[in-house]
Amino acid sequence: MQTERQVPIWFFVGGTLLIYGIIIFLTGVYNWLFPPEQPTVALSHLHADVWWGGVLTVLGAIYCLKFHPWREEPPTSCG
Amino acid sequence: MSDLSLFAAVGASTGRLLSMSAVDYLIVAIYFLLVLGIGFYLKRYAATGEDFFLAGRKMTAWVAGLSFISANLSSLETMGWSAMAYQYGMLGAHAYFIGGGLPILFLAVVMMPFYYICRTHSVPGYLKLRYGEAGRVLAGATFAAMTVLVSGASMFAMAKILNLLLGWDMNWSIWAASLTVAVYVALGGLISAVFNEVLQFFLIWAGMLLIPLLGLISAGGWSNMLATIQKNVAVIHPGLSGADFTSLWRNLGSFDANPMGIDWFGMVFGQGLAVSFAYWCTDFLQVQRVIVAKDLRSAQNGTIIGAVLKMCVPLIVTVPGLLGLAVLTHPDGSPIVLVPESDARAMITHRTYNDVLPLLMGKYLGPGLLGLGVTAMIAGFMSGMAGNVSAFATVWTYDVYRPLLRPNASDRHYLAMGRWCSIIGVLLSIATAYFLFWFSNILDFLQVLIFFFIVPLFGVVILGMLWKRATPAGGFWGFLLAVLFSIAAWIYVHSFPEGFRPQPKLLITPGAVVSLEQQQSQPEKSGGQPVRVIVHEGTVETTNVPITCQHGTAPLTSGETTILEEVLLPASLIVKEGQTAKLRVLAPDAVQADSRQPIKFGEDGLAVVLKPGVRVKAADITHYFVPAEFNPRHTKLIARSEKAKPMAVNVYSAIWTLVVCLVITVGVSFFTKPKPEAELKNLVMGLTPRPDEGPAAWYKSPILWASVVFLALLAINIIFW
Repeated sequence: MQTERQVPIWFFVGGTLLIYGIIIFLTGVYNWLFPPEQPTVALSHLHADVWWGGVLTVLGAIYCLKFHPWREEPPTSCG
Repeated sequence: MSDLSLFAAVGASTGRLLSMSAVDYLIVAIYFLLVLGIGFYLKRYAATGEDFFLAGRKMTAWVAGLSFISANLSSLETMGWSAMAYQYGMLGAHAYFIGGGLPILFLAVVMMPFYYICRTHSVPGYLKLRYGEAGRVLAGATFAAMTVLVSGASMFAMAKILNLLLGWDMNWSIWAASLTVAVYVALGGLISAVFNEVLQFFLIWAGMLLIPLLGLISAGGWSNMLATIQKNVAVIHPGLSGADFTSLWRNLGSFDANPMGIDWFGMVFGQGLAVSFAYWCTDFLQVQRVIVAKDLRSAQNGTIIGAVLKMCVPLIVTVPGLLGLAVLTHPDGSPIVLVPESDARAMITHRTYNDVLPLLMGKYLGPGLLGLGVTAMIAGFMSGMAGNVSAFATVWTYDVYRPLLRPNASDRHYLAMGRWCSIIGVLLSIATAYFLFWFSNILDFLQVLIFFFIVPLFGVVILGMLWKRATPAGGFWGFLLAVLFSIAAWIYVHSFPEGFRPQPKLLITPGAVVSLEQQQSQPEKSGGQPVRVIVHEGTVETTNVPITCQHGTAPLTSGETTILEEVLLPASLIVKEGQTAKLRVLAPDAVQADSRQPIKFGEDGLAVVLKPGVRVKAADITHYFVPAEFNPRHTKLIARSEKAKPMAVNVYSAIWTLVVCLVITVGVSFFTKPKPEAELKNLVMGLTPRPDEGPAAWYKSPILWASVVFLALLAINIIFW
């Protein structure tokens, strides 16, 4: 294993959740503001895409901030 | 009177399941770019053999634990076990408790110290140290074969579901996903596979957890769901209406009290001990993820984290399967009936068990969420593939290639071999995927592979760890003969010395013109169920259906002919002396005679009238070995009951295989010379001192956490008794 500083795996996880969370949240907001004439899924009134997208966004942001690779720390184990 | 509307209406429901929007495709595309990017990024960290094959042995407990579970959380897991829960009810969850959490805890507490302290790079590597080269090569070769077969199963499942969900071409799906896996594993080796597995773990949960949450809201809570299930199974599983679908243990008193057709003995010693302990404790795909941890404590705690995560998986797998029995309904409120793939109606008018999870995704996940759900499934498929491919590369290079073909090559050479193996492993898996139609159920296929190789491996490894008298000859012969026994047992239960004649079948080929009739003289068969189909024009293909074309002539059993006089085929045909079988009639794409509208149906027990001019292609088939069928007489010998179902037969075969392995290993060991104790240091109980890893806080103790998780496991089994 090389000694070069490796981006923590948790940062990749956070980034992915953040990107997906934002996309899903914005899609949910759009569908809330401009709902289709016929609901395409069951329980659409619960707007699961909005709150689930929000949860993913917050979770992803926390991981990104906590594990971003520019922190001043010595190289450690994988992850 | 014909009743074509029912068939036309139901048939329409078997088109493409889901329709993805642009945002869904964007989410899937981002995923592919991300995993490839990770592969390219990590290439620089896989510069040596130890980096590539063992991720530098630097994994923390959390990464090891997440990777350990993610490698297992593949397509077979999410789709297959949801289907199992739909088919078998809550019994499907045993795979995660007695068959998941318990053996993983055993691995963490009992076996991990031996694996870790001896510094082996693989499970076959342990056999080399404990028993000698012969056992290692045999285990390495069989394991390498198994990984590509399982990987092929994973690809097949992925292609099938993507075809079902999105209408994607199966060939395209197999090649696109598997080449992506080949690239990122070939570039970064195990570290790349592990990174992606951890990422995939989060995606799978993010994409799947909404289904049980929304499903339970829709069902009115857990209690209402269970009540609805017991009501609906009378319609969904009419042959099992007396069976209890909502218990873990109280329905295991006899073979016919539960939908799995298994008793408590088979569940505990087969599913629990033989199959699951073997899978979790000696399947190198799993073990590789935790033996690369940075120290023994991390390896043990990582494994225990894996046990906890495994026990959580029923939330996204078993619960959706159960929800399928409760919330999948037609607009009129009646339950949607999913059928096994062997059913006449499968994929013609009815979806199959394997479709339960996609159906729920379509029901609850809108734009964006659907893309995430599909990405989660693809991620699950690909993590399973990547796990197998990286394990294949390691075992082939270290346990087959190096000892047999190039013993003294440089590290750089083995690293190159590992990269090439990743690509070759994927290509072999692709080839395997195309042979999978032999097996009726994907999970049955996995079970078969497990008890061929893994159960004997578990037998010799556990004896090797716990009994220092076990000899190299005992280990080798115990393993080899148990593998041969398990293969022989499998052949035995699928053999039909007296000949197996497939059910009489008549396929109405696409474009044929038909009409359906309801027989007025049988009022008990009313209610829209047709009893006779008339074929006016077109071609039919028959199997094991004798057709008397002209009075006084011998019936046609094979060959081709054109009907000259009207022929009536009865709903039941004599297949043997004193034994009849229903005629299966399949019409996936026919045309109605009166309206010229499309019609499709599949039904057992329909009489057929062939009008003059209809073309007949007849075949007469007798098999003596059928992988998809079980010989009841042989099954009784293996699984103690003719009522035992495929899953039960497999777990009982695993029990016998383990017994054979243990008896032979012990027996041969008593008559052969054991290794001197000096050579068994760090390999056997009593000769393996635990290394000093320095002081650690009490809350990092593996024993403490293993005890807590065990108590939680016990509580879950009691709560859902």
